Amino acid sequence: MHPAFSVIFLTTLIGVGQGLFLALYTGQLYALANLLPAQSSNFYAVGSMVSLVLLFAGLIASFFHLGHPERAWRAATQWRTSWLSREVLALPAAMGLIFLYGTVHFFDLTKPLFVISGTLPVDFSLIIGGLGTLAVFGLFLCTAMIYASLRFIKAWYSPLTVANFLFLGIGSGFMLAAAFSAYQGTSLVSFYGTWAVIATLFGLLTRVATLYRNSQFRCKVDLKSAVGVHHSQLEQKAQGFMGGSFNTREFFHGRSHGLLNLIRYAFLLMVFAVPVILILLAYALESETLPLLAFGIQYLGLILERYHFFTEAQHPQNLYYQSMA
Amino acid sequence: MTQLALVIDLNVCVGCHACVTSCKEWNTSGWAGPLTDQRPYDADPTGVFFNRVQTYEAGVFPNTETYHFPKSCLHCEDPPCVPVCPTGASYKREDNGVVLVDYDKCIGCKYCSWACPYGVREFDEQQKVMKKCTLCIDRITDMSLPESERKPACVLACPTRARIYGDIHDPDSDVSVAIREQGGYPLQPEWGTKPSNHYLPRRKTRIQIHEDELVRVDNPLKKEELPTLPEAGETLDDVAW
Repeated sequence: MHPAFSVIFLTTLIGVGQGLFLALYTGQLYALANLLPAQSSNFYAVGSMVSLVLLFAGLIASFFHLGHPERAWRAATQWRTSWLSREVLALPAAMGLIFLYGTVHFFDLTKPLFVISGTLPVDFSLIIGGLGTLAVFGLFLCTAMIYASLRFIKAWYSPLTVANFLFLGIGSGFMLAAAFSAYQGTSLVSFYGTWAVIATLFGLLTRVATLYRNSQFRCKVDLKSAVGVHHSQLEQKAQGFMGGSFNTREFFHGRSHGLLNLIRYAFLLMVFAVPVILILLAYALESETLPLLAFGIQYLGLILERYHFFTEAQHPQNLYYQSMA
Repeated sequence: MTQLALVIDLNVCVGCHACVTSCKEWNTSGWAGPLTDQRPYDADPTGVFFNRVQTYEAGVFPNTETYHFPKSCLHCEDPPCVPVCPTGASYKREDNGVVLVDYDKCIGCKYCSWACPYGVREFDEQQKVMKKCTLCIDRITDMSLPESERKPACVLACPTRARIYGDIHDPDSDVSVAIREQGGYPLQPEWGTKPSNHYLPRRKTRIQIHEDELVRVDNPLKKEELPTLPEAGETLDDVAW
Protein backbone atom coordinates (compact mmCIF):
# COMPACT_ATOMS: atom_id res chain seq x y z
CA MET A 1 0.00 0.00 0.00
CA HIS A 2 1.05 3.55 -0.58
CA PRO A 3 1.76 5.14 2.83
CA ALA A 4 -0.49 8.18 3.40
CA PHE A 5 1.18 10.68 5.72
CA SER A 6 -2.20 11.99 6.88
CA VAL A 7 -3.02 8.56 8.28
CA ILE A 8 0.51 8.06 9.64
CA PHE A 9 0.21 11.30 11.63
CA LEU A 10 -3.37 10.53 12.66
CA THR A 11 -2.58 7.12 14.12
CA THR A 12 0.70 8.08 15.79
CA LEU A 13 -0.54 11.38 17.27
CA ILE A 14 -3.77 9.99 18.71
CA GLY A 15 -1.81 6.98 20.00
CA VAL A 16 0.47 9.27 22.02
CA GLY A 17 -2.49 11.38 23.20
CA GLN A 18 -4.43 8.34 24.35
CA GLY A 19 -1.38 6.87 26.09
CA LEU A 20 -0.73 10.16 27.86
CA PHE A 21 -4.28 10.27 29.20
CA LEU A 22 -4.01 6.68 30.41
CA ALA A 23 -0.74 7.64 32.14
CA LEU A 24 -2.39 10.59 33.92
CA TYR A 25 -5.30 8.49 35.11
CA THR A 26 -3.02 5.64 36.18
CA GLY A 27 -1.01 8.17 38.19
CA GLN A 28 -4.20 9.41 39.84
CA LEU A 29 -5.27 5.87 40.75
CA TYR A 30 -1.84 5.12 42.24
CA ALA A 31 -1.99 8.35 44.21
CA LEU A 32 -5.47 7.41 45.44
CA ALA A 33 -4.04 4.14 46.75
CA ASN A 34 -1.23 6.12 48.40
CA LEU A 35 1.36 4.36 46.25
CA LEU A 36 2.46 7.66 44.75
CA PRO A 37 2.46 11.21 46.07
CA ALA A 38 -0.66 13.10 45.00
CA GLN A 39 -0.08 15.65 42.24
CA SER A 40 -1.35 19.19 41.95
CA SER A 41 -4.54 19.63 39.98
CA ASN A 42 -2.46 21.71 37.58
CA PHE A 43 -0.43 18.64 36.64
CA TYR A 44 -3.56 16.75 35.54
CA ALA A 45 -5.12 19.78 33.86
CA VAL A 46 -2.04 20.66 31.78
CA GLY A 47 -1.43 16.98 31.05
CA SER A 48 -5.00 16.55 29.79
CA MET A 49 -4.58 19.65 27.64
CA VAL A 50 -1.42 18.22 26.04
CA SER A 51 -3.27 14.96 25.41
CA LEU A 52 -6.19 16.88 23.91
CA VAL A 53 -3.90 18.91 21.64
CA LEU A 54 -2.33 15.69 20.34
CA LEU A 55 -5.73 14.11 19.65
CA PHE A 56 -6.88 17.30 17.96
CA ALA A 57 -3.72 17.40 15.82
CA GLY A 58 -4.44 13.80 14.80
CA LEU A 59 -8.00 14.74 13.91
CA ILE A 60 -6.77 17.63 11.77
CA ALA A 61 -4.27 15.31 10.06
CA SER A 62 -7.07 12.86 9.24
CA PHE A 63 -8.97 15.56 7.37
CA PHE A 64 -6.09 15.80 4.88
CA HIS A 65 -6.84 12.19 3.93
CA LEU A 66 -10.37 13.03 2.83
CA GLY A 67 -11.43 14.17 -0.61
CA HIS A 68 -14.43 15.97 0.88
CA PRO A 69 -13.63 16.98 4.49
CA GLU A 70 -16.75 19.17 4.60
CA ARG A 71 -18.85 15.98 4.50
CA ALA A 72 -16.85 14.27 7.26
CA TRP A 73 -19.85 14.35 9.62
CA ARG A 74 -21.50 11.73 7.42
CA ALA A 75 -18.80 9.29 8.49
CA ALA A 76 -20.51 8.88 11.86
CA THR A 77 -23.57 7.21 10.35
CA GLN A 78 -22.45 3.64 9.53
CA TRP A 79 -21.17 2.59 12.95
CA ARG A 80 -23.13 -0.66 12.71
CA THR A 81 -20.85 -2.06 10.03
CA SER A 82 -17.77 0.13 9.59
CA TRP A 83 -14.81 0.33 11.98
CA LEU A 84 -13.85 3.62 10.37
CA SER A 85 -17.24 5.02 11.32
CA ARG A 86 -16.82 3.68 14.86
CA GLU A 87 -13.47 5.46 15.08
CA VAL A 88 -15.13 8.67 13.94
CA LEU A 89 -17.46 8.34 16.96
CA ALA A 90 -14.86 7.10 19.46
CA LEU A 91 -12.37 9.90 18.77
CA PRO A 92 -14.61 12.86 19.74
CA ALA A 93 -16.03 10.81 22.64
CA ALA A 94 -12.52 10.30 24.03
CA MET A 95 -11.64 13.95 23.36
CA GLY A 96 -14.77 15.15 25.15
CA LEU A 97 -14.11 12.98 28.22
CA ILE A 98 -10.45 14.01 28.36
CA PHE A 99 -11.53 17.65 28.11
CA LEU A 100 -13.96 17.13 30.99
CA TYR A 101 -11.30 15.30 32.99
CA GLY A 102 -8.89 18.22 32.56
CA THR A 103 -11.61 20.78 33.33
CA VAL A 104 -12.65 19.02 36.54
CA HIS A 105 -9.04 19.03 37.70
CA PHE A 106 -8.46 22.62 36.55
CA PHE A 107 -11.40 23.94 38.59
CA ASP A 108 -10.54 21.63 41.47
CA LEU A 109 -13.94 19.95 41.41
CA THR A 110 -12.40 16.98 43.16
CA LYS A 111 -14.32 16.94 46.42
CA PRO A 112 -15.39 13.34 47.09
CA LEU A 113 -19.01 12.73 46.07
CA PHE A 114 -19.26 9.61 48.19
CA VAL A 115 -16.93 7.16 49.86
CA ILE A 116 -16.92 3.44 49.15
CA SER A 117 -16.26 1.17 52.17
CA GLY A 118 -14.95 4.13 54.10
CA THR A 119 -11.65 4.05 52.20
CA LEU A 120 -12.24 4.94 48.54
CA PRO A 121 -13.35 8.53 48.02
CA VAL A 122 -15.06 8.86 44.62
CA ASP A 123 -15.02 12.26 42.92
CA PHE A 124 -15.94 13.57 39.46
CA SER A 125 -12.40 13.08 38.11
CA LEU A 126 -12.39 9.40 39.06
CA ILE A 127 -15.69 8.72 37.29
CA ILE A 128 -14.91 10.80 34.21
CA GLY A 129 -11.39 9.35 34.07
CA GLY A 130 -12.82 5.83 34.19
CA LEU A 131 -15.20 6.57 31.34
CA GLY A 132 -12.34 8.26 29.48
CA THR A 133 -10.21 5.14 29.90
CA LEU A 134 -12.99 3.04 28.38
CA ALA A 135 -13.31 5.48 25.47
CA VAL A 136 -9.52 5.49 24.93
CA PHE A 137 -9.35 1.68 24.83
CA GLY A 138 -12.36 1.69 22.50
CA LEU A 139 -10.58 4.16 20.26
CA PHE A 140 -7.42 2.02 20.19
CA LEU A 141 -9.58 -0.94 19.15
CA CYS A 142 -11.43 1.02 16.42
CA THR A 143 -8.25 2.51 14.96
CA ALA A 144 -6.51 -0.85 14.81
CA MET A 145 -9.58 -2.74 13.55
CA ILE A 146 -9.79 -0.43 10.53
CA TYR A 147 -6.70 -2.29 9.33
CA ALA A 148 -7.12 -5.61 11.14
CA SER A 149 -10.61 -6.16 9.70
CA LEU A 150 -9.50 -6.11 6.04
CA ARG A 151 -9.34 -9.85 5.46
CA PHE A 152 -7.79 -9.46 2.00
CA ILE A 153 -4.71 -7.69 3.35
CA LYS A 154 -3.10 -10.51 5.21
CA ALA A 155 -0.25 -8.43 6.66
CA TRP A 156 -2.85 -6.51 8.69
CA TYR A 157 -5.51 -9.19 9.20
CA SER A 158 -4.29 -10.28 12.63
CA PRO A 159 -4.85 -9.57 16.36
CA LEU A 160 -1.19 -8.52 16.35
CA THR A 161 -2.24 -5.30 14.57
CA VAL A 162 -4.48 -4.39 17.51
CA ALA A 163 -1.72 -5.31 19.99
CA ASN A 164 0.80 -3.13 18.13
CA PHE A 165 -1.45 -0.07 18.07
CA LEU A 166 -2.26 -0.58 21.75
CA PHE A 167 1.27 -1.15 23.10
CA LEU A 168 2.97 1.43 20.89
CA GLY A 169 0.33 4.03 21.79
CA ILE A 170 0.57 3.30 25.51
CA GLY A 171 4.37 3.10 25.38
CA SER A 172 4.78 6.44 23.64
CA GLY A 173 2.09 8.06 25.82
CA PHE A 174 3.79 6.96 29.05
CA MET A 175 7.11 8.07 27.57
CA LEU A 176 5.60 11.53 27.03
CA ALA A 177 4.18 11.42 30.57
CA ALA A 178 7.68 10.72 31.88
CA ALA A 179 9.05 13.64 29.84
CA PHE A 180 6.16 15.84 31.04
CA SER A 181 6.74 15.00 34.72
CA ALA A 182 10.48 15.57 34.30
CA TYR A 183 9.70 18.95 32.74
CA GLN A 184 7.27 19.77 35.58
CA GLY A 185 9.81 18.60 38.11
CA THR A 186 7.47 16.06 39.71
CA SER A 187 8.59 12.79 41.22
CA LEU A 188 6.69 10.57 38.78
CA VAL A 189 9.46 10.25 36.17
CA SER A 190 10.62 6.81 37.23
CA PHE A 191 7.03 5.56 37.64
CA TYR A 192 6.01 6.64 34.13
CA GLY A 193 9.40 5.66 32.75
CA THR A 194 9.06 2.12 34.11
CA TRP A 195 5.60 1.65 32.59
CA ALA A 196 6.77 3.22 29.33
CA VAL A 197 9.60 0.68 29.14
CA ILE A 198 7.23 -2.20 29.97
CA ALA A 199 4.69 -1.18 27.30
CA THR A 200 7.46 -0.52 24.78
CA LEU A 201 8.94 -3.96 25.38
CA PHE A 202 5.50 -5.57 24.93
CA GLY A 203 5.25 -3.55 21.72
CA LEU A 204 8.66 -4.87 20.66
CA LEU A 205 7.40 -8.40 21.19
CA THR A 206 4.24 -7.97 19.12
CA ARG A 207 5.89 -5.83 16.43
CA VAL A 208 8.73 -8.29 15.86
CA ALA A 209 6.17 -11.11 15.83
CA THR A 210 4.30 -9.14 13.15
CA LEU A 211 7.48 -8.65 11.10
CA TYR A 212 8.22 -12.37 11.36
CA ARG A 213 4.66 -13.31 10.43
CA ASN A 214 4.73 -11.03 7.40
CA SER A 215 8.09 -12.34 6.25
CA GLN A 216 6.57 -15.84 6.13
CA PHE A 217 3.36 -14.84 4.50
CA ARG A 218 1.95 -16.13 1.24
CA CYS A 219 -1.12 -14.67 -0.41
CA LYS A 220 -4.16 -16.94 -0.44
CA VAL A 221 -4.84 -16.16 -4.09
CA ASP A 222 -2.46 -16.08 -7.01
CA LEU A 223 -2.55 -14.78 -10.57
CA LYS A 224 -4.17 -18.01 -11.80
CA SER A 225 -7.13 -17.53 -9.48
CA ALA A 226 -7.22 -13.78 -10.15
CA VAL A 227 -7.60 -14.29 -13.90
CA GLY A 228 -9.09 -17.77 -13.77
CA VAL A 229 -6.57 -19.30 -16.19
CA HIS A 230 -5.03 -22.28 -14.50
CA HIS A 231 -1.91 -22.64 -16.57
CA SER A 232 1.48 -23.09 -14.95
CA GLN A 233 3.00 -20.45 -17.23
CA LEU A 234 0.86 -17.33 -17.09
CA GLU A 235 2.40 -13.98 -17.83
CA GLN A 236 0.90 -10.51 -18.01
CA LYS A 237 1.56 -8.73 -21.30
CA ALA A 238 -0.52 -5.55 -20.89
CA GLN A 239 -2.19 -3.95 -17.89
CA GLY A 240 -4.78 -2.02 -19.86
CA PHE A 241 -3.15 1.41 -20.00
CA MET A 242 0.19 3.02 -20.73
CA GLY A 243 0.24 5.73 -18.02
CA GLY A 244 -0.56 5.15 -14.37
CA SER A 245 -3.94 4.69 -12.76
CA PHE A 246 -5.42 4.81 -9.26
CA ASN A 247 -4.62 1.09 -9.04
CA THR A 248 -0.92 1.60 -9.65
CA ARG A 249 -0.67 4.66 -7.37
CA GLU A 250 -2.71 3.68 -4.29
CA PHE A 251 -1.63 0.07 -3.84
CA PHE A 252 2.12 0.23 -4.55
CA HIS A 253 4.64 1.98 -2.33
CA GLY A 254 7.25 2.20 -5.10
CA ARG A 255 10.13 2.08 -2.59
CA SER A 256 13.17 -0.09 -3.01
CA HIS A 257 13.78 -3.16 -0.89
CA GLY A 258 16.94 -1.57 0.47
CA LEU A 259 15.18 1.58 1.67
CA LEU A 260 12.46 -0.47 3.40
CA ASN A 261 15.13 -2.55 5.14
CA LEU A 262 16.76 0.66 6.30
CA ILE A 263 13.43 1.99 7.58
CA ARG A 264 12.78 -1.27 9.40
CA TYR A 265 16.12 -1.21 11.24
CA ALA A 266 15.73 2.52 11.92
CA PHE A 267 12.30 2.13 13.53
CA LEU A 268 13.36 -0.91 15.54
CA LEU A 269 16.20 1.23 16.97
CA MET A 270 14.25 4.46 17.38
CA VAL A 271 11.00 3.07 18.78
CA PHE A 272 12.40 0.37 21.04
CA ALA A 273 16.15 0.32 21.70
CA VAL A 274 17.15 3.99 21.98
CA PRO A 275 14.22 5.28 24.11
CA VAL A 276 14.53 2.40 26.57
CA ILE A 277 18.28 3.04 26.97
CA LEU A 278 17.70 6.79 27.29
CA ILE A 279 15.02 6.40 29.94
CA LEU A 280 17.28 4.04 31.93
CA LEU A 281 20.09 6.59 31.61
CA ALA A 282 17.71 9.32 32.72
CA TYR A 283 16.89 7.24 35.80
CA ALA A 284 20.56 6.71 36.56
CA LEU A 285 21.59 10.32 35.94
CA GLU A 286 18.35 11.85 37.27
CA SER A 287 18.28 13.90 34.09
CA GLU A 288 15.35 16.18 33.28
CA THR A 289 15.98 16.41 29.53
CA LEU A 290 16.73 12.80 28.61
CA PRO A 291 13.09 11.62 28.96
CA LEU A 292 12.07 14.38 26.56
CA LEU A 293 14.75 13.24 24.12
CA ALA A 294 13.60 9.63 24.58
CA PHE A 295 10.03 10.59 23.69
CA GLY A 296 11.13 12.71 20.70
CA ILE A 297 13.18 9.90 19.22
CA GLN A 298 10.43 7.36 19.87
CA TYR A 299 7.83 9.53 18.15
CA LEU A 300 10.02 9.96 15.06
CA GLY A 301 10.56 6.21 15.15
CA LEU A 302 6.79 5.65 15.30
CA ILE A 303 6.36 7.66 12.10
CA LEU A 304 8.84 5.33 10.41
CA GLU A 305 7.11 2.33 12.01
CA ARG A 306 3.72 3.38 10.61
CA TYR A 307 5.29 4.06 7.21
CA HIS A 308 6.69 0.54 7.22
CA PHE A 309 3.30 -0.80 8.38
CA PHE A 310 1.73 0.48 5.16
CA THR A 311 4.50 -0.79 2.89
CA GLU A 312 4.21 -4.25 4.47
CA ALA A 313 0.65 -4.62 3.23
CA GLN A 314 0.33 -6.47 -0.06
CA HIS A 315 -3.06 -5.88 -1.64
CA PRO A 316 -4.44 -8.75 -3.73
CA GLN A 317 -5.37 -6.30 -6.50
CA ASN A 318 -1.61 -6.00 -7.16
CA LEU A 319 -1.86 -9.42 -8.82
CA TYR A 320 -3.40 -7.64 -11.81
CA TYR A 321 -0.37 -5.35 -12.12
CA GLN A 322 2.49 -7.82 -12.32
CA SER A 323 5.00 -5.44 -13.85
CA MET A 324 4.56 -2.94 -11.01
CA ALA A 325 5.17 -5.38 -8.17
CA MET B 1 -34.36 -11.53 -6.22
CA THR B 2 -32.70 -10.09 -9.25
CA GLN B 3 -28.92 -9.92 -9.53
CA LEU B 4 -27.86 -8.24 -12.73
CA ALA B 5 -24.39 -9.12 -13.96
CA LEU B 6 -22.12 -9.59 -16.94
CA VAL B 7 -20.70 -12.80 -18.26
CA ILE B 8 -17.50 -12.21 -20.21
CA ASP B 9 -16.47 -14.81 -22.72
CA LEU B 10 -12.68 -15.02 -22.83
CA ASN B 11 -13.03 -17.42 -25.74
CA VAL B 12 -14.17 -14.68 -28.07
CA CYS B 13 -12.78 -11.47 -26.57
CA VAL B 14 -10.26 -10.10 -29.05
CA GLY B 15 -8.99 -7.28 -26.82
CA CYS B 16 -10.21 -4.43 -29.04
CA HIS B 17 -11.01 -2.11 -26.08
CA ALA B 18 -14.36 -1.13 -27.65
CA CYS B 19 -16.02 -1.83 -24.28
CA VAL B 20 -13.49 0.43 -22.57
CA THR B 21 -14.06 3.39 -24.87
CA SER B 22 -17.83 3.01 -25.10
CA CYS B 23 -18.00 2.76 -21.28
CA LYS B 24 -15.94 5.90 -20.90
CA GLU B 25 -18.01 7.72 -23.53
CA TRP B 26 -21.36 6.78 -22.04
CA ASN B 27 -20.48 7.27 -18.40
CA THR B 28 -18.42 10.44 -18.70
CA SER B 29 -21.40 12.17 -20.30
CA GLY B 30 -24.11 10.48 -18.27
CA TRP B 31 -25.44 10.11 -14.73
CA ALA B 32 -22.13 8.76 -13.37
CA GLY B 33 -19.96 11.37 -15.06
CA PRO B 34 -17.70 13.06 -15.62
CA LEU B 35 -14.90 10.50 -15.57
CA THR B 36 -12.12 13.02 -15.34
CA ASP B 37 -8.67 12.71 -16.89
CA GLN B 38 -5.38 14.28 -15.90
CA ARG B 39 -2.86 15.21 -18.62
CA PRO B 40 -4.90 13.36 -21.30
CA TYR B 41 -2.77 14.66 -24.18
CA ASP B 42 0.53 14.85 -22.34
CA ALA B 43 3.19 12.49 -21.19
CA ASP B 44 1.98 10.13 -18.44
CA PRO B 45 -1.77 10.48 -19.04
CA THR B 46 -4.12 9.11 -16.41
CA GLY B 47 -7.81 9.14 -15.60
CA VAL B 48 -10.84 7.29 -14.34
CA PHE B 49 -12.10 4.23 -16.20
CA PHE B 50 -14.76 1.80 -15.07
CA ASN B 51 -13.51 -0.93 -17.33
CA ARG B 52 -10.03 -1.93 -18.45
CA VAL B 53 -8.83 -4.72 -20.74
CA GLN B 54 -5.64 -6.50 -19.78
CA THR B 55 -3.72 -9.11 -21.74
CA TYR B 56 -2.17 -12.30 -20.45
CA GLU B 57 -0.25 -15.05 -22.17
CA ALA B 58 -0.27 -18.67 -21.10
CA GLY B 59 2.40 -21.13 -22.15
CA VAL B 60 5.87 -20.74 -23.64
CA PHE B 61 6.46 -19.42 -27.14
CA PRO B 62 5.57 -20.71 -29.68
CA ASN B 63 2.96 -22.77 -27.84
CA THR B 64 1.06 -19.86 -26.33
CA GLU B 65 -2.50 -18.76 -25.82
CA THR B 66 -3.35 -15.07 -25.53
CA TYR B 67 -6.07 -14.05 -23.11
CA HIS B 68 -7.67 -10.64 -23.30
CA PHE B 69 -9.15 -10.01 -19.90
CA PRO B 70 -11.75 -7.24 -19.44
CA LYS B 71 -11.81 -6.16 -15.81
CA SER B 72 -14.57 -4.15 -14.13
CA CYS B 73 -16.63 -4.23 -10.94
CA LEU B 74 -17.96 -7.74 -10.40
CA HIS B 75 -21.03 -6.55 -8.41
CA CYS B 76 -20.39 -9.14 -5.70
CA GLU B 77 -23.39 -10.70 -3.97
CA ASP B 78 -21.51 -10.17 -0.69
CA PRO B 79 -19.57 -6.99 -1.53
CA PRO B 80 -16.77 -6.32 1.01
CA CYS B 81 -16.57 -2.68 -0.11
CA VAL B 82 -20.08 -1.80 1.10
CA PRO B 83 -20.03 -2.48 4.89
CA VAL B 84 -16.69 -0.68 5.38
CA CYS B 85 -17.98 2.61 3.96
CA PRO B 86 -18.30 5.03 6.92
CA THR B 87 -20.92 7.24 5.26
CA GLY B 88 -23.19 4.76 3.51
CA ALA B 89 -22.20 6.24 0.15
CA SER B 90 -21.36 2.74 -1.11
CA TYR B 91 -24.45 0.63 -1.39
CA LYS B 92 -25.91 -2.37 -3.15
CA ARG B 93 -29.26 -1.82 -4.78
CA GLU B 94 -31.95 -4.02 -3.27
CA ASP B 95 -33.94 -4.42 -6.47
CA ASN B 96 -31.25 -5.48 -8.93
CA GLY B 97 -28.04 -6.06 -6.92
CA VAL B 98 -25.96 -3.38 -8.64
CA VAL B 99 -23.23 -1.93 -6.37
CA LEU B 100 -23.15 1.86 -6.61
CA VAL B 101 -21.54 4.94 -5.03
CA ASP B 102 -23.55 8.01 -4.06
CA TYR B 103 -21.14 10.78 -5.12
CA ASP B 104 -22.98 13.29 -2.92
CA LYS B 105 -22.29 11.27 0.23
CA CYS B 106 -18.77 10.00 -0.55
CA ILE B 107 -16.09 11.72 1.55
CA GLY B 108 -13.25 10.29 -0.54
CA CYS B 109 -11.53 8.32 2.23
CA LYS B 110 -10.67 5.48 -0.22
CA TYR B 111 -11.34 2.85 2.45
CA CYS B 112 -13.69 0.94 0.11
CA SER B 113 -10.92 0.57 -2.46
CA TRP B 114 -8.71 -1.01 0.21
CA ALA B 115 -11.49 -3.46 1.01
CA CYS B 116 -12.00 -4.59 -2.61
CA PRO B 117 -9.66 -7.47 -3.51
CA TYR B 118 -10.22 -6.93 -7.23
CA GLY B 119 -9.05 -3.32 -7.43
CA VAL B 120 -11.99 -2.18 -9.51
CA ARG B 121 -12.78 1.08 -7.73
CA GLU B 122 -11.04 4.20 -8.97
CA PHE B 123 -10.68 7.49 -7.16
CA ASP B 124 -11.50 10.60 -9.18
CA GLU B 125 -8.62 13.00 -8.48
CA GLN B 126 -10.64 15.97 -9.68
CA GLN B 127 -14.05 15.35 -8.10
CA LYS B 128 -12.40 13.73 -5.04
CA VAL B 129 -14.89 10.87 -4.80
CA MET B 130 -14.67 7.14 -5.41
CA LYS B 131 -16.07 5.87 -8.70
CA LYS B 132 -16.84 2.48 -10.12
CA CYS B 133 -18.77 0.57 -12.76
CA THR B 134 -22.50 1.26 -12.45
CA LEU B 135 -23.49 -1.45 -14.93
CA CYS B 136 -24.84 1.64 -16.79
CA ILE B 137 -27.62 1.91 -14.23
CA ASP B 138 -28.99 4.94 -16.11
CA ARG B 139 -29.38 2.85 -19.29
CA ILE B 140 -30.61 -0.44 -17.91
CA THR B 141 -33.34 1.17 -15.80
CA ASP B 142 -34.41 3.70 -18.46
CA MET B 143 -37.84 2.49 -19.55
CA SER B 144 -37.97 5.06 -22.37
CA LEU B 145 -35.34 3.04 -24.23
CA PRO B 146 -36.39 0.04 -26.33
CA GLU B 147 -35.64 -3.18 -24.51
CA SER B 148 -32.84 -4.11 -26.92
CA GLU B 149 -30.95 -0.97 -25.84
CA ARG B 150 -31.60 -1.39 -22.13
CA LYS B 151 -28.13 -2.89 -21.70
CA PRO B 152 -24.77 -1.60 -20.50
CA ALA B 153 -22.79 0.39 -23.08
CA CYS B 154 -19.95 -2.15 -23.07
CA VAL B 155 -22.34 -4.98 -23.96
CA LEU B 156 -23.83 -3.05 -26.86
CA ALA B 157 -20.37 -2.08 -28.13
CA CYS B 158 -18.73 -5.49 -28.07
CA PRO B 159 -18.20 -6.56 -31.71
CA THR B 160 -17.69 -10.24 -30.88
CA ARG B 161 -20.52 -10.53 -28.34
CA ALA B 162 -18.02 -11.48 -25.67
CA ARG B 163 -20.16 -9.73 -23.07
CA ILE B 164 -23.51 -11.17 -22.07
CA TYR B 165 -25.77 -9.25 -19.73
CA GLY B 166 -28.65 -10.49 -17.59
CA ASP B 167 -29.97 -11.76 -14.28
CA ILE B 168 -27.84 -14.56 -12.84
CA HIS B 169 -30.60 -15.48 -10.38
CA ASP B 170 -32.97 -16.36 -13.23
CA PRO B 171 -31.98 -19.92 -14.21
CA ASP B 172 -33.31 -19.44 -17.74
CA SER B 173 -31.52 -16.18 -18.55
CA ASP B 174 -28.76 -16.05 -21.17
CA VAL B 175 -26.15 -15.45 -18.48
CA SER B 176 -27.26 -18.35 -16.30
CA VAL B 177 -27.34 -20.72 -19.24
CA ALA B 178 -23.89 -19.56 -20.35
CA ILE B 179 -22.44 -20.00 -16.85
CA ARG B 180 -24.04 -23.42 -16.50
CA GLU B 181 -23.24 -24.83 -19.90
CA GLN B 182 -19.99 -23.12 -20.86
CA GLY B 183 -18.09 -23.47 -17.59
CA GLY B 184 -18.53 -19.96 -16.23
CA TYR B 185 -16.33 -19.12 -13.23
CA PRO B 186 -15.92 -16.23 -10.76
CA LEU B 187 -12.62 -14.46 -9.98
CA GLN B 188 -10.76 -15.13 -6.71
CA PRO B 189 -13.57 -17.33 -5.32
CA GLU B 190 -11.38 -18.05 -2.25
CA TRP B 191 -12.55 -14.84 -0.54
CA GLY B 192 -16.22 -15.78 -0.50
CA THR B 193 -17.30 -12.45 -1.98
CA LYS B 194 -19.51 -14.29 -4.48
CA PRO B 195 -18.83 -12.11 -7.54
CA SER B 196 -21.88 -11.81 -9.78
CA ASN B 197 -19.90 -11.28 -12.96
CA HIS B 198 -18.57 -14.51 -14.35
CA TYR B 199 -16.01 -15.36 -17.01
CA LEU B 200 -16.24 -18.09 -19.62
CA PRO B 201 -12.99 -19.98 -20.22
CA ARG B 202 -11.16 -20.54 -23.50
CA ARG B 203 -12.53 -23.70 -25.04
CA LYS B 204 -11.88 -25.57 -28.28
CA THR B 205 -14.42 -27.88 -29.83
CA ARG B 206 -12.74 -30.82 -31.53
CA ILE B 207 -14.27 -34.09 -32.64
CA GLN B 208 -12.15 -37.10 -33.22
CA ILE B 209 -12.48 -38.44 -36.77
CA HIS B 210 -10.64 -41.46 -38.06
CA GLU B 211 -9.60 -41.74 -41.71
CA ASP B 212 -11.87 -44.73 -42.39
CA GLU B 213 -14.85 -42.81 -41.14
CA LEU B 214 -14.38 -40.33 -44.02
CA VAL B 215 -13.96 -42.86 -46.81
CA ARG B 216 -16.66 -45.38 -47.66
CA VAL B 217 -14.77 -48.47 -48.52
CA ASP B 218 -17.27 -49.70 -51.12
CA ASN B 219 -18.24 -46.33 -52.61
CA PRO B 220 -19.38 -47.28 -56.13
CA LEU B 221 -18.34 -43.91 -57.59
CA LYS B 222 -14.74 -44.50 -56.50
CA LYS B 223 -14.72 -48.12 -57.58
CA GLU B 224 -11.61 -47.77 -59.76
CA GLU B 225 -9.54 -46.11 -57.00
CA LEU B 226 -10.35 -48.68 -54.45
CA PRO B 227 -8.46 -51.88 -54.03
CA THR B 228 -10.42 -54.63 -55.67
CA LEU B 229 -12.14 -56.84 -53.26
CA PRO B 230 -11.59 -60.49 -53.51
CA GLU B 231 -14.24 -62.16 -55.62
CA ALA B 232 -16.33 -63.82 -52.99
CA GLY B 233 -19.70 -63.69 -54.61
CA GLU B 234 -22.27 -61.10 -53.65
CA THR B 235 -21.65 -58.99 -50.59
CA LEU B 236 -24.39 -57.79 -48.37
CA ASP B 237 -24.22 -54.35 -50.07
CA ASP B 238 -25.01 -55.84 -53.44
CA VAL B 239 -28.31 -57.21 -52.41
CA ALA B 240 -31.31 -55.14 -53.32
CA TRP B 241 -33.81 -55.44 -50.54
